[in-house]
Amino acid sequence: MTVAVVRFGGSNCDRDAERALDRLGIDAEIVWHEDGLPADTTGIVVPGGFSYGDYLRAGAMAAHSPIMTEVREAAADGVPVLGICNGAQIGCESGLTPGAFTTNESARFQCEHVHLRVERADTPWTAAYEDGEVIELPIAHGEGRYELDDDRLTELEIEGRVLFRYCDADGELTPEANPNGSKHNVAGVLGERETVAVLMPHPERATLSELGATDGRGVLRAFADATES
Amino acid sequence: MTAYTATVTVRLKRGVLDPEAETTARALERLGFAIEGLRSADRFEVDLEAEDADEAIARAEEMAERLLANPTIHDYDVEVAER
Repeated sequence: MTVAVVRFGGSNCDRDAERALDRLGIDAEIVWHEDGLPADTTGIVVPGGFSYGDYLRAGAMAAHSPIMTEVREAAADGVPVLGICNGAQIGCESGLTPGAFTTNESARFQCEHVHLRVERADTPWTAAYEDGEVIELPIAHGEGRYELDDDRLTELEIEGRVLFRYCDADGELTPEANPNGSKHNVAGVLGERETVAVLMPHPERATLSELGATDGRGVLRAFADATES
Repeated sequence: MTAYTATVTVRLKRGVLDPEAETTARALERLGFAIEGLRSADRFEVDLEAEDADEAIARAEEMAERLLANPTIHDYDVEVAER
């Protein structure tokens, strides 16, 4: 199996994602977007960074590159797809996932550790956690505020498609624990299939024990489980 | 065919927070300007050739739908003028 980590001009978390997956024993390779997905792709990471310099809107340009058509087709076939940070923005811009990630309420780039509450532990991305478990991951973004109109967000919540919410250390969804003003503290959502997920925080930066935090391992482990099952 | 310039204005939907506009408004107030509100928008001027103004508008609207605006958070309007 190979997890394809899609590199665009301006991606900068592609090597982090590849290394994190490798450390978890998951075969991964960086794929230049113009080369298309390898035939043996069994998982896809759309990594963080500043693809196309965030021109127009973060993720807007990459969302319309030809490889994203292949990513959408693979997602529809059940191949696990994870969009992280800029990859989450690309995921929403390309229609893989609902909503939009736009300018932080602070209007500033924010780089800090946050707490997240696992809203559902019965998805491939969260099987390593418990329902309601609080995990800690880093964020690093200027456009991470989740926006969706109220009716559609309510539908999404009823469908159980909110995967992570920003919370305090006790799991409370307070405004203070919401780093960017996201609606309903949403930090990550599922696509139409639960094998497709996007989130603004960086699980790949919380995977190596020598760097301290390892709470992100569970998210990436979805790729290993996908192959075994 | 006629040469047109289509002007596409993209702005946030009402009710969607605009932190950059709020920051800009505060900066204007710091400079001593009394203002009651401020909204920002992006304007794209697209030069194109079309059979008539309706076709030019239709094409510019499709550009807005597919790329220039994000329908989740944006409204847009299109005007065309012969150039």
